Amino acid sequence: MIIGLDVGGTHTDVVLLEQSGLLRQAKIPTDPADLFRSLFAALEAVTAGVPPERIRRIVLSTTLTTNAVIQGNTPPVGLIVSAGPGIDPEAFRMGEAYVCVRGSIDHRGREIEPLDEAEVRRAADRFRREGIRQVGIVGKFSVRNPAHELAIRERLGDGFDGVFLGHRVSGRLNFARRIATTYLNAAVDPLHRSFFEAVRASLAEKGLHLPLRLLKADGGNMRLEASLECPIQTVLSGPAASVMGAVAAAAGEGDAVVMDIGGTTTDLAVLIGPAPVLNPHGITIGAYRTLIRSLETLSIGTGGDSAVRVEDGRLAVGPDRRGPAMVFGGAHPTPTDAMAALGMLPHPARERACEGLRPLAARLGLDLDAFARAVVDTACRQMLAAADRLVEAINAQPVYTVHELKEGYRVRPRAILVLGGPAPYFAAALRAFTPLAVRVVPRWEVANAIGAALARTTCEVEFFADTERRIACAPAENFQEAIAPPYGLKDATARALALLRVKALARGANPDFLEMEVVEAQEFHMIRGFHTTGKNLRVRVQVKPGLIHGYDALLAHLSAPADPLPPRAAGEALPPC
Amino acid sequence: MLKARHRVGLVFFPAYDWAIHPQHPEREERLLYTQDQILEEGLFDVEGILELKPDPVVLADIQRVHFCVPDPWQVATESHFISAGGAKTVGMAVCEHRVDRGFALVRPPGHHAMRVVHGSRGFCAINIEAIMIEFLRRKYGIRRVAVVDTDCHHGDGTQDIYWHDPDTLFISLHQDGRTLYPGSGFPDELGGPNAFGTTLNIPLPPHTAEDGFLHALRSVVRPVLDEFQPELVVNSAGQDNHYTDPITNMNFSARGYAQLTEELGADIAVLEGGYAIEGALPYVNVGILLAMAGLDYRHVREPDYERHQIRQTAAVTEAVHRVCDLVLSCWQKRDKLREQVLARENAYRRRRRIFYDTDGFTETQLEEVTPCERCGGALRIDSTTDRGAHILAVHIPHRACPACRDRGLAWFDEASPKRFDRIVLQDGPADRYAVKAREAAGGAKGPSTHG
Repeated sequence: MIIGLDVGGTHTDVVLLEQSGLLRQAKIPTDPADLFRSLFAALEAVTAGVPPERIRRIVLSTTLTTNAVIQGNTPPVGLIVSAGPGIDPEAFRMGEAYVCVRGSIDHRGREIEPLDEAEVRRAADRFRREGIRQVGIVGKFSVRNPAHELAIRERLGDGFDGVFLGHRVSGRLNFARRIATTYLNAAVDPLHRSFFEAVRASLAEKGLHLPLRLLKADGGNMRLEASLECPIQTVLSGPAASVMGAVAAAAGEGDAVVMDIGGTTTDLAVLIGPAPVLNPHGITIGAYRTLIRSLETLSIGTGGDSAVRVEDGRLAVGPDRRGPAMVFGGAHPTPTDAMAALGMLPHPARERACEGLRPLAARLGLDLDAFARAVVDTACRQMLAAADRLVEAINAQPVYTVHELKEGYRVRPRAILVLGGPAPYFAAALRAFTPLAVRVVPRWEVANAIGAALARTTCEVEFFADTERRIACAPAENFQEAIAPPYGLKDATARALALLRVKALARGANPDFLEMEVVEAQEFHMIRGFHTTGKNLRVRVQVKPGLIHGYDALLAHLSAPADPLPPRAAGEALPPC
Repeated sequence: MLKARHRVGLVFFPAYDWAIHPQHPEREERLLYTQDQILEEGLFDVEGILELKPDPVVLADIQRVHFCVPDPWQVATESHFISAGGAKTVGMAVCEHRVDRGFALVRPPGHHAMRVVHGSRGFCAINIEAIMIEFLRRKYGIRRVAVVDTDCHHGDGTQDIYWHDPDTLFISLHQDGRTLYPGSGFPDELGGPNAFGTTLNIPLPPHTAEDGFLHALRSVVRPVLDEFQPELVVNSAGQDNHYTDPITNMNFSARGYAQLTEELGADIAVLEGGYAIEGALPYVNVGILLAMAGLDYRHVREPDYERHQIRQTAAVTEAVHRVCDLVLSCWQKRDKLREQVLARENAYRRRRRIFYDTDGFTETQLEEVTPCERCGGALRIDSTTDRGAHILAVHIPHRACPACRDRGLAWFDEASPKRFDRIVLQDGPADRYAVKAREAAGGAKGPSTHG
């Protein structure tokens, strides 16, 4: 049996699955002040009476690190950066303890100016004096040559709990994002470490000794041990969990838009077949742009509880929320109320909804029915417009080869997969506005937990070789080797895939069903004068997001129109495995 | 996070799968390190720098500017259509006010491609700036345009296309043609009789450095632009005047180019040449992009930059000042100089030989323009090559007066396919391209319209 658990902002959702079907599900309100308690309450709801040795996998998604970053609830972090010429590194400052030291490396990974070690020691002394325990070290072009970052760590000395290096965070270029990501890593490290250590300990007390897995923003999971090195990868895992839940429902043919309709927002993503589209740059969290791999998503302020207004003779739905729907005790009308008024959403408090909508309808000179219809239509149009924008943005992403410009894949969605609380009601409404097939994701209320449970282990490796400098490296994987001719793209690709396999297995991938793919493999001849001096090789390989092997029967059950396996109540005996 | 003061639309198209040939300066590797530098500096993340996907040009866009012999597909490849498309894309973004400025960081270049194109010249097949400009003129009604070509080589292709156009000011700063390809671009090349003074050439001596380029900008280019009052300024921003460039002899620097970019204030910049792909392009392009966005470029520096080592000598400074004074005085006296030119016999005819260095052949052109005070005049170009091609090209400008248009149409109608392989017409006012070709059997074929 496997457990998927998503501690969200409002609710914590959890499921207990096995290959034959969904055994149990639960949804409890999240206590934002005590995520630990919410997590364990949900866990208890699905494991009561289940022998612990039957559970072989637990995947957790929480808002722990997201909240810490957004609320700024993190300890101070000392950053030492070395940049050399270019944009003034002051422009990328993070926090008060930000020191720029002399030293620089160029785009080929060659040292241009040696590191000023005295400056490093002074910075370290200053951090110690100020009581800073978490440190980040970032150099420009460290992903081509990590020597300066490594040297800075050497000179740092003792007295720090967490030291994070930029080149280990990601193999991709972008100094500013590398600084932000390293900083956030250092910032959330203590909280992440203590929280999950407590979780692990409590699970062990209950007899659950299995390795924990954490969900990431790219819809993949990683073992808890692997996450300690880069805890920031657990941010914004919630939306990814929902998208993976939709993957479970995707028929697999053609492209689809995923709409997760919540109370305040609708979050959209795109699937190409069974694979969610990834954001090519890295996720943005709050004001921070990072290198963290994530799904390409779009969030709009249109949801079930969006505030409905009439202003200047025009109807507006959202972008804000002013409390729950009137049928649920709120004070302002919402699209949920409009659907209740129309009878689309059966509810005993329908009259409250009508009362709330009538005055607004009068302002537009419409009867209640017409106004309620207009509210639902407006919400639907906003959601569909957002879907168009997202697809267009994906198709408009710049490409750099003639071949890709001509033949590059263009997303053409054929279906919309809807999940979230009000999913079935909105799905019915959306059908009127689009020729695309609109389907409700099965078990939409806990699709996020299902997605978390079934998400496979993902990771990527950036590999770089320069035969003129006779170096091949993947600094993010702590890998470097000397190379000699004849070294070509095949060799680089083979090595990159080997590193990917090691990384994936360390993170908890199933070695028997590891799907590795080469995303990019480019070879450039370096010509100086009129002679070829070497080859510049760049390879990117990945295990892309998807569902773990062996659960097709479960997916078929989930997608079946009738529910042959009603969720069991807590405490009811389960059939033998 | 950095925020640009001017929004910049950037097309970056390095064409990683295309080269003139694998060891050629115009090869796949050319913009690789520039991409690394721009990515690492985080320039795509700057608020106000917007990366755009290039929309390739179509046949009609090329035929509006060029007479390609026998047709664009024989002289250009898909990568040229995309490169020109990159310029067109940033141009459209600027004209539609989606951005304040545009930068097309694209390859291959275009400024050596002339109006008649029999093949490649100086790594160029089609003139990407001219194709962009003529598209923008048709679509947005723009009239007066200035092209400032700061590439190390004389922009002879752009000069040729706008030689007879009084609405287009063409200024080229380049290494003196007596010392470098293409061997032209002297101060006495001032434009055709109907557009006299709207072409200016500032040949600079070898080893000119920051001071010289900035002096030319401040003492000639800026005053002339202020007087000409263009609606759009396009900078052909070739970067082969860098002190590390392998095929030229100038001593410009990344920060100097950034400063030139800031002071020139062009609306659109387009990459041209520049083949120091490790030591120059990454830094110059970062400098240009920062300057266009109105951001601080003072810390942009090449790894081996030592100012004192590339400062120009007093002799160079003197030569620069002399030629700038000369060019400025030609501009100021252009009306008087025009009278002298028109007084000559055959003022409205030219005979020229154009060398195609890539394939090693020569074209001979006999060109005639209609005298006109009201428009640029219709052009009749009889073009032969020593490989046996022979065409007649008639160009009627977009704003031709009725008389010149009639003359041009008559030239086209009267020309006999017996004499020429093909007779081609660019009818600007109708934005129409027409061809009369000799059939294989020897008979005449009627007019057909493309695009």
